[in-house]
Amino acid sequence: MEKRVTFKGIWLPLLLVAPQIVITAVFFFYPAGQAIWQSLFIPDPFGLSMQWVGLGNFEFLLSDRFYRASFLTTAIFSILVTVVSMGVALYLAVLADRLIKGSGTYRTLLIWPYAVAPAVAGVLWLFMFNTRVGVVTWYIGLLGYDWNHVLNEGEAMGLVVVASAWGRISYNFLFFLAGLQAIPKSVIEAAAIDGARFWTRFRTIVFPLLSPTTFFLLVVNIIYAFFETFGVIHTITGGGPQQATTILVYKVYADGFVGQDLGSSAAQSVILLLIVSVLTVVQFKYIERRVHY
Amino acid sequence: MATVALENLRKSYGKTEVIHGVDIDIADGEFIVIVGPSGCGKSTLLRMVAGLETVTSGEVRINDRAVNDVEPMDRDIAMVFQNYALYPHMSVFDNMAYGLKIAKVPTDEIKKRVDTAAEILQLEPYLTRRPRELSGGQRQRVAMGRAIVRKPAVFLFDEPLSNLDAKLRVQMRLEIKSLQRDLGVTSLYVTHDQVEAMTLADRMIVMNAGVADQIGKPLDVYSDPATEFVAGFIGSPPTNFLQAKRLGRHIEDGAKIGIRPEHIRLVPQTETDLAGTVVYSEPLGAETLVHLKLLDGQDATVRQDGALPIPAEGETCGLSWEPASEMVFGKGGSRIRS
Ligand SMILES: Nc1ncnc2c1ncn2[C@@H]1O[C@H](COP(=O)(O)OP(=O)(O)OP(=O)(O)O)[C@@H](O)[C@H]1O
Ligand SMILES: [Mg+2]
Repeated sequence: MEKRVTFKGIWLPLLLVAPQIVITAVFFFYPAGQAIWQSLFIPDPFGLSMQWVGLGNFEFLLSDRFYRASFLTTAIFSILVTVVSMGVALYLAVLADRLIKGSGTYRTLLIWPYAVAPAVAGVLWLFMFNTRVGVVTWYIGLLGYDWNHVLNEGEAMGLVVVASAWGRISYNFLFFLAGLQAIPKSVIEAAAIDGARFWTRFRTIVFPLLSPTTFFLLVVNIIYAFFETFGVIHTITGGGPQQATTILVYKVYADGFVGQDLGSSAAQSVILLLIVSVLTVVQFKYIERRVHY
Repeated sequence: MATVALENLRKSYGKTEVIHGVDIDIADGEFIVIVGPSGCGKSTLLRMVAGLETVTSGEVRINDRAVNDVEPMDRDIAMVFQNYALYPHMSVFDNMAYGLKIAKVPTDEIKKRVDTAAEILQLEPYLTRRPRELSGGQRQRVAMGRAIVRKPAVFLFDEPLSNLDAKLRVQMRLEIKSLQRDLGVTSLYVTHDQVEAMTLADRMIVMNAGVADQIGKPLDVYSDPATEFVAGFIGSPPTNFLQAKRLGRHIEDGAKIGIRPEHIRLVPQTETDLAGTVVYSEPLGAETLVHLKLLDGQDATVRQDGALPIPAEGETCGLSWEPASEMVFGKGGSRIRS
């Protein structure tokens, strides 16, 4: 028999879950409701009155060239961040998995970047790549390349991708390593005896058996790239040059807080809300039956 | 077809040596069983032959070619693991075909070979299933199938039957034996079960703490064990060991007399000097095992024909045997022959 604690009455359990409910309500439901409400209005320039426009904000957004460009930027950015951070993490995890001595130290060192807040990471990378005083910029300069992410759109994108992916590698690494270590050693040995060399084994045995982990990380990393990279972009490029690194989340901030276009900003939040909901549903649906072999 | 030779094979993990020098020449088509208690180094020995474990010193030769530094895939071997190690994400067919696909065998040839193996192993109805949809016995067959389709020079088995129930184990044992006979592939088979070893082996290696105590034909090993360990390990119930001194023999300090349970006869107490009290008897039908406590406190087991009267508990009997069936072991456990 499962042992359960049962409460008499409703007040104590209610009291116990109250803090969580209050926090969720204040910091999630209230702002989300506000955003949905505001997305249906256009406020006047002085913020004194609001005019009902229905889905007008959305119509405007979807036909806005800049907004569509931001969608594309976001897609490129999140694909790059996900691929880079997962690729590097998988590579390191495969190395660590083969390592027998000193794997503990190796692992600990790899986890450190995860503890660095995105904004701090941004500043760190900004310093290294600063166009005038950055160490890396200077070395690249010695090689005859003039690094300038303030002006060059491609370089700006590259820098925010690297800075965002960097902090994520640790997290992905831990999951990949755990996934690798869950694969029975004898299965790998059987494949080796069957004639498969390292790369063939990786392609036909290890990677397929790792796919539940990979899929989980894919979703988690896309969500990260969509929403949690604000700090990095804000500190390094501020969305520029032009709009080259203005991803959707950054545009919410730029249009709403800088441009003071609250109606449009709210509509953008609602769209993001929809995107994250879809991603979450996909993730949960998959996790429910993640063992697919 | 292949010969395998091990020459003074040793293995150390760090500073501890776990295999202390094993030598054997295995003839083409021979079935060798490595038997011994848990932790004696059977798997380690086999894995060195497979190339899954590095050789610390000595040499492994397959077909007179030293393979110490050859990768497992280049040794022309196949191995059946204790937990079968099937590829969980592949169908039974793909599990068996995997090695052939890597070897770039033509598709129709792959299909032919897998189908043949499936027929021999009665796996035809399951070819499209995943390993988790099979019973333990069926998984075991798939592992066997994976080994035979590749037509390797050497089969290696690491306790392939230990996860099966007793009845299935006996059945699979027979199947493995006849399969190996038909295919004529040189085999090394690891087990801790002495019955498996006795029934399967052309020759067996009895391992004791990293040393090959004895290598020989099963019946030779049984009737003429080289050490006290072998005499005690091979045979069930095990050999009785009695202190030579207490039997009034003066051989050397700590020497023991080994005598197999079936070689002792229970006789009236008056006919012999050695007597014991029956602790309990186990009538097994065809035979009866009688456990006695000798008057000087030592234990002994007697195996006698089931048709003979079963002695009652507490009864005192005399024990007698032919001097020729005695085995004398020195203090260190090695056999003393006169
Ligand atoms: N990787 C390792 N590192 C250190 N010692 C090891 C390692 N692998 C095995 N050993 C030791 O080597 C000895 C032999 O191990 P092995 O696995 O060969 O035993 P075994 O005879 O196969 O036993 P079992 O019947 O339990 O499988 C054991 O004492 C074991 O502790
Ligand atoms: Mg073992």
